[in-house]
Amino acid sequence: MADETVDVKMQDTSKPDVGEELERETDSSEYVEMWIDLFLSRKGNEYFCDIDPDYITDRFNLMNLQKTVTKFTQVIQYIIDELDESILEKLSPTKLEQLEADARKVYGLVHARYIITIKGLQSMLEKYKDADFGRCPRVYCNFQPLLPMGLYDVPGMDSVKLYCPSCEDLYLPKSSRHNTVDGAYFGTSFAGMFLHTFPETVPKHPTKKYVPKIFGFELHKQAQLARWQELQRLKLEKHLQEIDVDLSKNGGFKN
Amino acid sequence: MSKEYVADNSHLDSSEEESGTYDEWIPSFCSRFGHEYFCQVPTDFIEDDFNMTSLAQEIPHYRKALDLILDLEPVSDDDSFENNTKHNDNSNNKSNNNDSNDKDINNSSANIVNKSILEHSAEQLYGLIHARFILTKHGLQAMAEKFDHKEFGTCPRYYCGGMQLLPCGLSDTIGKHTVRLYCPSCQDIYLPQSSRHLSLEGAYWGTSFPGIFLKHFKELEDYVEKKNKETYELKVFGFKISAYSISGPRMKWLRQYPSTEEEWKEFEKCEFEIPEDLY
Ligand SMILES: [Zn+2]
Ligand SMILES: [Zn+2]
Repeated sequence: MADETVDVKMQDTSKPDVGEELERETDSSEYVEMWIDLFLSRKGNEYFCDIDPDYITDRFNLMNLQKTVTKFTQVIQYIIDELDESILEKLSPTKLEQLEADARKVYGLVHARYIITIKGLQSMLEKYKDADFGRCPRVYCNFQPLLPMGLYDVPGMDSVKLYCPSCEDLYLPKSSRHNTVDGAYFGTSFAGMFLHTFPETVPKHPTKKYVPKIFGFELHKQAQLARWQELQRLKLEKHLQEIDVDLSKNGGFKN
Repeated sequence: MSKEYVADNSHLDSSEEESGTYDEWIPSFCSRFGHEYFCQVPTDFIEDDFNMTSLAQEIPHYRKALDLILDLEPVSDDDSFENNTKHNDNSNNKSNNNDSNDKDINNSSANIVNKSILEHSAEQLYGLIHARFILTKHGLQAMAEKFDHKEFGTCPRYYCGGMQLLPCGLSDTIGKHTVRLYCPSCQDIYLPQSSRHLSLEGAYWGTSFPGIFLKHFKELEDYVEKKNKETYELKVFGFKISAYSISGPRMKWLRQYPSTEEEWKEFEKCEFEIPEDLY
């Protein structure tokens, strides 16, 4: 599935004039701000990237999303600011609110697909480099930037989580405003795709482990567990060496 | 002195004397923004000389800082005289230029500078007293209350399910490391979530606190042992990532617990060292 979307992306780099036109519109202050820009600048939406409008308008990419909202086509037009003013003016406040909510949902679901395409991954790489998704709170991960992800691909199940490529564990976003963002808008496969596509972003993994001490003496049980865990790591290291995995590079261990 | 101590207790049940009680050094220090991890050390603990052993050598202006913490009247008239005698007392382990610096400050009538230096000493002194107090029965109780109320925050790790954290230092000397937070569930240490706690001195909680806390409240270990030991494994479209891949799994061991009979046998053998024949 991933390869298919990537292929599609490669083909349709057309229509550069549309992008220019959009830019011109944002520059002229008399114009209302673009819906996507507004969405991205809203507090709590910092994890989302800017989806290429070409991607949103390509029917192929929207497959199976039509039934997630009523009046799907209208919602798409609204997202890319092509919904007729006259239609918008006729909408009641409740209808307008519904349209806005639907637009956010559709943007999220398209986003989950977009970020596993070449362009989307590139866009997320920029955000990752700026640590837009935060950094790992674990002391021994040394401020490793995180990646957003969902535990489900179906919306409405759970909020977004953060994956640390250093300790390979999941964390909750620091700020409560991110704890209400749906995890499905990032999806279960994004983090894995990202690290596979950009292996240079995979860090060397820290091997240090904390053991509580009392006046310098390690707690017995905790120290024993830490030793057993280190044993598991040593066994893994040996196995990886046996199958010729180079542990001196990214994806190896550091002390 | 005893009168002040009475006033200290009164602020618990009356709000009338708000302005009077707010001047007390310890409650006001502990209620300051960013000082949420500190508990209030009772004055009788501080008044016991035994608890203060060797602190005089570690803190400049020890006596005056102590008076400040205990809300004893500053002797402003005899300021310079008092300071000089004090310095002679402490000079055996204070460097000479430090001593002359202090005198310069005293000579210039800049009382404000003096005050802020003294305040700094008082904060350091309180921090080190605090590190000792929280290892006592009363201190552990006070910290347990804060722990129950999640005042040290909860573990950011998803599978720890909001486990409460404990503050801990990586060193017992001032100026080495800021405070860290220990999670009894994943047995790992984290940075505070809020930036206002990121610069707190770790020695004010010390290296032994989480360990002593765990030993004192045995039920916590039992609780943690029964907890869900679920861990995460990265997947793409439902498939695990191959060990050959650079992004392949390398950290499973970090959150692993013995589960099979074989693993428990292995665990037993790790009591004192990692047996070399096992890997
Ligand atoms: Zn990490
Ligand atoms: Zn934890």
